[in-house]
Order: sequence, then structure tokens, then C-alpha cells
Amino acid sequence: MDNIIRTENLCFNYTDDETGETTCVLKDISLEIKRGEFIAVLGHNGSGKSTFAKHLNAILIPTSGKVWVGDIDTSDEKRLYDIRKMVGMVFQNPDNQMVANIVEDDVAFAPENLGVPREEIRKRVDTALAAVNMSEFAMHAPHMLSGGQKQRVAIAGVLAMEPEIIVLDEPTAMLDPNGRREIIETVKRLNKEKNMTVVMITHYMEEAVEADRVIVIDNGKIEMDAPPIEVFPKVEKMKSLGLDTPQATELAFLLKKNGFDIDSNVLSVGECADKIEQLWKRVMTND
Amino acid sequence: MLKDITLGQYFPGETVIHKLDPRTKILVMLAYIVVTFCVKNFYGYIALAAFVVVCVALSKIPPIFVIKGLRPIMVFIIITALFNLFLTSGTVVWQFGVLKITYEGIRFAVFMVLRLTFLILGTSLLTLTTSPISLTDGMETLLSPFAKIGLPAHELSMMMSIALRFIPTLMEETDKIMKAQAARGADFDSGNILSRAKAMIPILIPLFISAFRRADELATAMECRCYGVTENRTSLHELKFQKRDVGATIAFLVLVAVVAAINFIPSK
Ligand SMILES: Nc1ncnc2c1ncn2[C@@H]1O[C@H](COP(=O)(O)OP(=O)(O)OP(=O)(O)O)[C@@H](O)[C@H]1O
Ligand SMILES: [Mg+2]
Repeated sequence: MDNIIRTENLCFNYTDDETGETTCVLKDISLEIKRGEFIAVLGHNGSGKSTFAKHLNAILIPTSGKVWVGDIDTSDEKRLYDIRKMVGMVFQNPDNQMVANIVEDDVAFAPENLGVPREEIRKRVDTALAAVNMSEFAMHAPHMLSGGQKQRVAIAGVLAMEPEIIVLDEPTAMLDPNGRREIIETVKRLNKEKNMTVVMITHYMEEAVEADRVIVIDNGKIEMDAPPIEVFPKVEKMKSLGLDTPQATELAFLLKKNGFDIDSNVLSVGECADKIEQLWKRVMTND
Repeated sequence: MLKDITLGQYFPGETVIHKLDPRTKILVMLAYIVVTFCVKNFYGYIALAAFVVVCVALSKIPPIFVIKGLRPIMVFIIITALFNLFLTSGTVVWQFGVLKITYEGIRFAVFMVLRLTFLILGTSLLTLTTSPISLTDGMETLLSPFAKIGLPAHELSMMMSIALRFIPTLMEETDKIMKAQAARGADFDSGNILSRAKAMIPILIPLFISAFRRADELATAMECRCYGVTENRTSLHELKFQKRDVGATIAFLVLVAVVAAINFIPSK
């Protein structure tokens, strides 16, 4: 599999205009993202996740180091829009990403900007809305939709650019549990069925568990970069980084810590229940 | 309570009025504004009223919805009327100390009320029946000849459409802030004008801060969606004049002719 994104010693400094102090937001980040991967990015508040995300479509340019999208260096200004077109970005607040008063007009915004011919825009809008299951709402006004629906429209809005990767910065943070489920299912489906590369920043561990790979950022540095099954069972390490773990993982961890002979490498409630059952059976037969 | 404001809102539909080319509607509306100011006597307003009633009926918008559009500017209309009523000189009809009402004053006041009412009714009919996107598409096309002399036609229409897009969002937010403040004991409904204006400050400040934050986020989101890549922006919608546009124009010209004719009828 080829890499669609590659960062090499990415550093980003931010200079306060008033005090003139320079703070280092991202430090020496080197990583590769493969085509078709689903990546969750975790980190406590202010750790630099959004700043990292903004480097992936050249909203921010590294202070030092490099970011490549496909084979384009993001600091190459001439290719700016090739990058933007390849990397779709969805933000936290769906209200602040919509420009139009009608769903389909909003979805058409990006292709219109790109000068795509009319018939092609029509096709892209219909495909994008179908991909997020919002076709029936094409003619609705955004402010009449639920949070989850609005956010799906926002996703359709970037899909209409036909990007190769989509980056979502806490897309579920403002949603209720139903809305959250809608978004996660949509994102997973895009990843599985359309082989879309996904980078999703989240505060919800239950969402991160769904990813192929979890990247934990702390204080601008990559602390962990591994599949969820390797990241979450390190409950103490996660706690020290200010992060939770899924409840099932934590339960297994606590059982083990309290002397029970249980395999704590679990992520879901089902897995955890199985392990406890095994433990129970072992205890019963030993007696 | 703020949700009642219908001015600038779109009422979706599939009627002839809705389907008219936005350019036709904008031009007719501009001409209509001129006409409302040219009407010289009450019969003229009857003609205008007939025109507006027919348009509303054709658009199938509940009349109450159109009338509600007047509410936010009611105060303005009343103040204007009062000024005209008391400050016009002429034949005195009623006097109390320095306050006097003249025959001309009454006439002016009634005219002013009618004029403003029809102005608002007509213009709100435009926004009610035209989706903001086609409204701005229409504006942009109409203004595009002026782009050559440096008029930022596209930018203006983009600004318009974003403003319209955020009206409901900001209203919802105002409502939320007002409720939050009211829950903490703020009082918006009593006291004199000054104390009421003061009570608005705790609403306006958070509203402005959030509006700026929204603007910032929206700008980033628009950039992410390649806004400004090419001069040759395309559009999902195609503007095309149809037979009905000719029909609407003729109907409007008839109104103009009628009003012009009526203007020759001496009033009184
Ligand atoms: N333009 C800026 N102005 C001021 N501070 C900034 C700016 N950009 C980044 N920072 C600082 O960089 C740090 C990282 O910010 P960033 O938004 O990337 O964090 P985050 O991990 O996304 O946090 P959150 O979970 O709250 O979204 C913060 O401490 C922030 O204050
Ligand atoms: Mg963030």
C-alpha cells in the first residue's frame, strides 16, 4: 500500500503577537498514512491535534520539516488547491461550515468553486448526498436539520470535491449520542466501501476503538502510534496523558490489577464479558 | 419570539412566483419600490394592494406569514407616522397646547404608513419566494456587467447569501442567550427605553463574540472547500428567462400603467 500522507520532522511554532514569545505547538512529528487507513487522533485539550490536522491540507505550513500529500509538498504554494482538493476537512461545528440555505446548494459549493461543469456538479451532489444518506433532504434548509444531519451534509460538502482523504476535527463533539452514531457509521462506511482514507480527531474513546490505528499526541509530540488493541490496554499510560480508555478496557484492567488472572487486551463490552466468563469458568473448575 | 421575524426568510414552494427567474423578480421589485413612491392618491394604493394580493395568492404563502414581516419595522412605521402627523403644517384639525394635528398631517401620515407597508410587503414577497441562493445568483448576474468597472459583483452576492444563511442561526443564538440571561434574572421587558437598552448589552456582547468566531471558522471552512481557486466559478443552477417571466413583466407594466393613470385622478 502506498502512503498518501507523509510528514517528516514536522515542527510548528506559534508566536504570540503581544508578548513576542514563541511556543512550540508541534514537535518533530514524523509519520506516514497509508491509502485507505482509518486513523483516530487522540490527545487532551491543547495538545496540538487541530494544529496537526491543519497541516494536512496546507491551512498551516510547517515552521520546519515537511508534509507531503501524495507527492505534493504542502509548502508549494502553486499546488495549494491540488492539496485542498485531495484532502477534505470537516470541522466541529456544522453550523459554521455551511454557506448556503439549501442542502444541495451547500454541497455544490466546492465543485462550483473548482469550476466543474454544471452536469458534473449535479452528479457529484447527488452522489455525495447519497453517500451520507441525506438524498431525501436535498432541498431542506440546514437550520431545520438535526446536528447529526447537518454534520453529514458537511461531510457530503467535502465529498463533492472527490477528495482522496478526509480529515475530521472532532466531528461529533457537538452532537447528541444519536448524531454521534450517525457520523461514526457514515465515516466507517466511507472508509470500508469507498476505501476513503480517514483521519479523525476525537475525544470519544468508543469512536477511536473503531479505527485501524490510533495516534496519541501529547504536548505536540507523538506519544503512541499503534492499533487500538495495543494502545488502550495501557490504561495507566493513557491516564498519565490525560486520556480515558473504553469502559470495558478499564474494567478488565482493574480486575487484573486487583489480582484476577484475566487478559486485559479488550476493547468492547462483548470481549470483556467473554474474558470474564472464561475467568469465571477457570475459577469454578479450580475449586 | 425572535423566530417570528419573517423578514428576509425564504418560504419554499413550487408556484409560478417561486419559479420566476430571480432577475425578473429583482428588477420588478426595484421598479415596484419606485412605483410605491410615485403613487399620488389613495386609488393608486388600491391598485398596489390588488397587485400584492394577487402575488401573495399566486405564491400560496399564508397571508399571515407575509403580514408578520411588518412586525420588526412596526415601531419605525409608527414613529414616522407620528412625526408626519404632528409636524406637518396646514389646516389645523385638532390642537392641544403645542401639539396640533393638521389635515395635511393626517394625509401625509396615512400615505407614509401605506407607502412603507407596501414597500415591506413587496420586498418581503421577493425574499419569501426566492431562495437566497437564486436571489444572489440573480444579483450576481445582474451586477456582472459592472464587474468590468471594478464592482465586486461576486463578492457582494456571496456576502449577501452568507448573511441570509446566518440570520436563522444568529436568531436562535440570540434567543438562547436571552433565555440564559433571563434565567439569571435579567429583565428585558420593563423599565424605560434606556434601561431596556442597557439590558441588551449582555446579549449583544456574547452575540458579537460568537459571530466573529463563526466568521473565522466559516472562512477556514470555505478555504478548505477551495473558495477562490478560479475566476470561472460555475453554478449548479442555470438562470434562464421563460415565458412566465415575460408574463410577469407584462402584468407589472399593467400595474405601472394603472398607477400612472390613477395619478391623474384628482384626490379628495
Ligand atoms: N493561532 C493560535 N493562536 C493562539 N494559540 C494557538 C494558535 N494556534 C495554536 N495555538 C495553541 O496551540 C496549542 C494547541 O492547539 P490545538 O488547537 O492544536 O489543540 P487541540 O489538541 O486541537 O485542542 P482541543 O482538544 O481543545 O481542540 C494550544 O495551546 C493553543 O493555545
Ligand atoms: Mg482542536
